Amino acid sequence: MKDVGIVSYGAHIPRLRIKSLDIAHAWGKDPETITGGLGVFEKSVPSPDQDVATISVEAARAALLRTNIDPQDIGAVYVGSESHPYAVKPTGTIVGEAIGATPLLKVADYEFACKAGTAAIQTCMALVKAEMVRYGIAIGADTSQAAPGDALEYAASAGGAAFIIGRENVIANINETCSFTTDTPDFWRREGRKYPAHGGRFTGTPAYFRHIMSNAQNLMEMANTKPEDYNFAVFHQPNGKFPVRVAKMLGFTPEQVKQGLLCPIIGNTYSGSSMLGLASVLDIAKPGNRIFVASYGSGAGSDAFDITVTDVMNKLPRGKAPLVSELIENKQYIDYSTYTKYRDLLYED
Amino acid sequence: MTDGAVPRFWREIPQRYNLIGNQCGSCNKVYFPPRESCPYCRRKSMGKMKNLKLKGQGEVLTYTIIYNAPEHFEGQTPYAMAIIKLDEGPKVTAQIVDCDLDKIKIGMRVQSTFRKIQEDGYIGAIYYGYKFKSVEVK
Repeated sequence: MKDVGIVSYGAHIPRLRIKSLDIAHAWGKDPETITGGLGVFEKSVPSPDQDVATISVEAARAALLRTNIDPQDIGAVYVGSESHPYAVKPTGTIVGEAIGATPLLKVADYEFACKAGTAAIQTCMALVKAEMVRYGIAIGADTSQAAPGDALEYAASAGGAAFIIGRENVIANINETCSFTTDTPDFWRREGRKYPAHGGRFTGTPAYFRHIMSNAQNLMEMANTKPEDYNFAVFHQPNGKFPVRVAKMLGFTPEQVKQGLLCPIIGNTYSGSSMLGLASVLDIAKPGNRIFVASYGSGAGSDAFDITVTDVMNKLPRGKAPLVSELIENKQYIDYSTYTKYRDLLYED
Repeated sequence: MTDGAVPRFWREIPQRYNLIGNQCGSCNKVYFPPRESCPYCRRKSMGKMKNLKLKGQGEVLTYTIIYNAPEHFEGQTPYAMAIIKLDEGPKVTAQIVDCDLDKIKIGMRVQSTFRKIQEDGYIGAIYYGYKFKSVEVK
């Protein structure tokens, strides 16, 4: 699969932040128990004028800023999210129009809990490989929902990343990809409902850990690699603890995980989670570096990728668009009452 | 916006999403929103008005802070509205976002960003378009 890969990438994280401490105070919880248990210290919050469409557009435009690609050469836009602004009316149409890629464009919105964005990467890879499109843009973005007072409220955040997939001027080859999927109801949101429900601890062993472990092992078998062959490892990060634990179980070191681990400081960006982690790694990656990525989506499934950075990376003007670290540093804190107003929590489900 | 606004919004998508203006082929003046003809060159400009995508960069000419917002904008107060002179010449009125209100200054360099402008309640269409942020904010 060496002729298909990432041509460019872009990220977007809203500027607003709320501290776990403020959420804990609002609900009468001990902040240290929360931050110690979840490993999340603050999270990004969308402002009232930001949603998955605006985050996706900003990320896609950032990806295009780093290239000279004519948007008319983009043949596909797939947006993965579980918080699309419309239930019916694709986010991808808004993105396609805003980046100037319409009208000769394949578009669909994806939903697979937190792994819809990586599923979009796989679709774009297949379309490029089949020569049905020259370039495809895969986006993972969310303004994730959490019921007031639910444990999810400490982590559910907002952000997204876009990856241009193609076979020309590839900065990172995608050597192999594979998926592992079963019917495991660990987390869901019913049609028409505002907030998701979840199985508490059931989201761990039979869900997150089983799917990522199995898929990661399958990928390394396919690619004939071992954990020590990788410079970086990125995992889906529903909290600050799970990705570190699954990495250790697979034999990766904390050092390999560090650059792609964003959840403790921006929260769980759901469909943006592993994709923002990968964007953060690409911000510093050098030619020859090997990157392991495993996403996870409740329901449940995992997509894994074996990626090698090419010499073309040296020519990519990464500074033309914001680095993930710059997006993280640019922040403004809000309190819990402002958060409830901005996240529309004052109205009934 | 009320029902019936969708077709009008849809017609303006190129301007709202991508700041597509136009330029007079006779005197090179740039217009945003685009005009059918140049008011200076009039007949000479007919058929010579060419679409031009504005870069979305400019500076704040003047601004005000809104504390009493119109319907649908109450949740965002206080927020800043500014008249921005784009580098290509046209002036636009838009909201300044992602900036502490006391940091906004006349002459501040700004760039466009893509945001939700308005929505028709919980069941209507969502309208997107340009707002501006400081160029210092990436």
